Amino acid sequence: MILVYTESEEGKIKKIALEAVAYAKGIADQMGTTVTAVSINANDTSELGKYGASKILQVSNDKLGNFNAEAYADVIAQAAKNEAAKVVVVTSSANSKFLAPALAVNLEAGYVPNVISLPESTSPFKVKHSVFTNKAFASTEITTDIKIIGLGKNSYGLKENETSATSQAFSPNLDAHDFDMEIVSVDKATDKVTIADAEIVVSGGRGLKGPENWGMIEDLAKVLGAATACSKPVSDMGWRPHSEHVGQTGKPVASNLYIAIGISGAIQHLAGINSSKVKVVINNDPEAPFFKAADYGIVGDAFEIVPKLTEKLKEFKAQNS
Amino acid sequence: MKILVCISHVPDTTSKINFTDGDTKFDTNGVQFVINPNDEFGLTRAMWFKEKQAAIVHVATVGGPETEPTLRKALAIGADEAIRVNTVATDGFSVAKQLANIAKEGGYDLVIGGRESIDYNGGMVPGMLAKLIGANFVNTCIGIEVEGDKATAIREIDGGKETLKTSLPLVIGGQKGLVEESDLRIPNMRGIMQARTKPLNVKEPIASNAETNTVSFEKPAPKGAVKLVDNVDELIDLLHNEAKVI
Repeated sequence: MILVYTESEEGKIKKIALEAVAYAKGIADQMGTTVTAVSINANDTSELGKYGASKILQVSNDKLGNFNAEAYADVIAQAAKNEAAKVVVVTSSANSKFLAPALAVNLEAGYVPNVISLPESTSPFKVKHSVFTNKAFASTEITTDIKIIGLGKNSYGLKENETSATSQAFSPNLDAHDFDMEIVSVDKATDKVTIADAEIVVSGGRGLKGPENWGMIEDLAKVLGAATACSKPVSDMGWRPHSEHVGQTGKPVASNLYIAIGISGAIQHLAGINSSKVKVVINNDPEAPFFKAADYGIVGDAFEIVPKLTEKLKEFKAQNS
Repeated sequence: MKILVCISHVPDTTSKINFTDGDTKFDTNGVQFVINPNDEFGLTRAMWFKEKQAAIVHVATVGGPETEPTLRKALAIGADEAIRVNTVATDGFSVAKQLANIAKEGGYDLVIGGRESIDYNGGMVPGMLAKLIGANFVNTCIGIEVEGDKATAIREIDGGKETLKTSLPLVIGGQKGLVEESDLRIPNMRGIMQARTKPLNVKEPIASNAETNTVSFEKPAPKGAVKLVDNVDELIDLLHNEAKVI
């Protein structure tokens, strides 16, 4: 049996969780078994069957209202033991990466994150994953009885696989140690798309000359329903918050579309955005290294091009909606 | 307060990534090794605890003698003592197990690791270490204060941050934000001289088992040339009809 942890936020199953279910179904088919999903405080799990889950364990517990790595790992471990899971699939979200190490120790399971495709073989169990911040891939064998896979975002796709799913309540035993950490406050912009969830990311670099010029980045992002991001120098100079810094020491980006504006394309930046599917660069320097990494490019002045692009995209959206 | 900073010895961020021995080993030829950036933010924060709260700061790594210059650099930055577990770092779990043993033996109040190493990107050592020693754990940590046996940690979450109260012993997976880039220290001559006489203890590994085993590496296929366009209409058309992303 393959267990997949289906993350939710404010009761809603996340898109990356659906991708993880589809992926788990792929492994289940390879191994001739089925997929069980475990969700914590999700309101509606009906979609999980569409991607291949045949059993859904629903945990409802007020104490688990906020993400808590220790307790969540405990819940998933108990579900894995109850179901005698051989493989546990999680995503590569910040929360999954937070809980997976504890889960691995608990289940004495080998764990490989940033996995990009179905196992190359299931006996021995061998998976391909990105390393060196997307500058290379490794094929790694997991030698333990139970295996934990962290699926990289956007690497498998939302493959549908209609399966009739049964749901049941699951009540794990939680102990005091699960609640040793108290959340004092959460400071989060709720009206903005986050880099982690975004399909499209619009990113600005030093070429924008100053924080006062970010209006056009925000405008473009708004038309596209995109998240905003920035290069390392921009966050180091305090033009934009750290949480927007993408690259090797910042956040990874695995969006469908990444638009880089006034970013030269340092090797560390490119590494962080490499797993984005389509990359567009707008830069006035035709020699900027980013042009070698991009799919589409415009050589020119961002201050002219970006507002024009925003206007034209508005027209495009109006016609195509 | 006793702090252990776990250091990963990694290729510099600008390194060319190549493999040898039939794509089974990372090619270290001509590669400059450094303190893993996420660990260096943690080490610098530990220096702050040393200066403001008289903390004792030890650093540890798991690796062969080739990692010693990296440990010496940490000593030159200001760590009091270094520990090298004399074994090849095979996978995240085996490294976590060695470091957990060091952490237990040393009775550290705070163990600082990095969110991930920039080479294998496993991001699992601090979390596994915490679980192995039964300590609390905060990942993607961008702020940490300690008072008595209580700690306040700030964690980066998608689209924002979360402030947590917890107690020691605590393990964190740190990153930029613990200190700023401009706070990072370049060892000065005095630090480098002192580092030569500070203890660098080599410990033999405890029995441990790897749970994963990397068989081979490959590099991404070379990318096709960029399509340059002259105007935004053309770009929108390509993104819609060719790339199908809008």
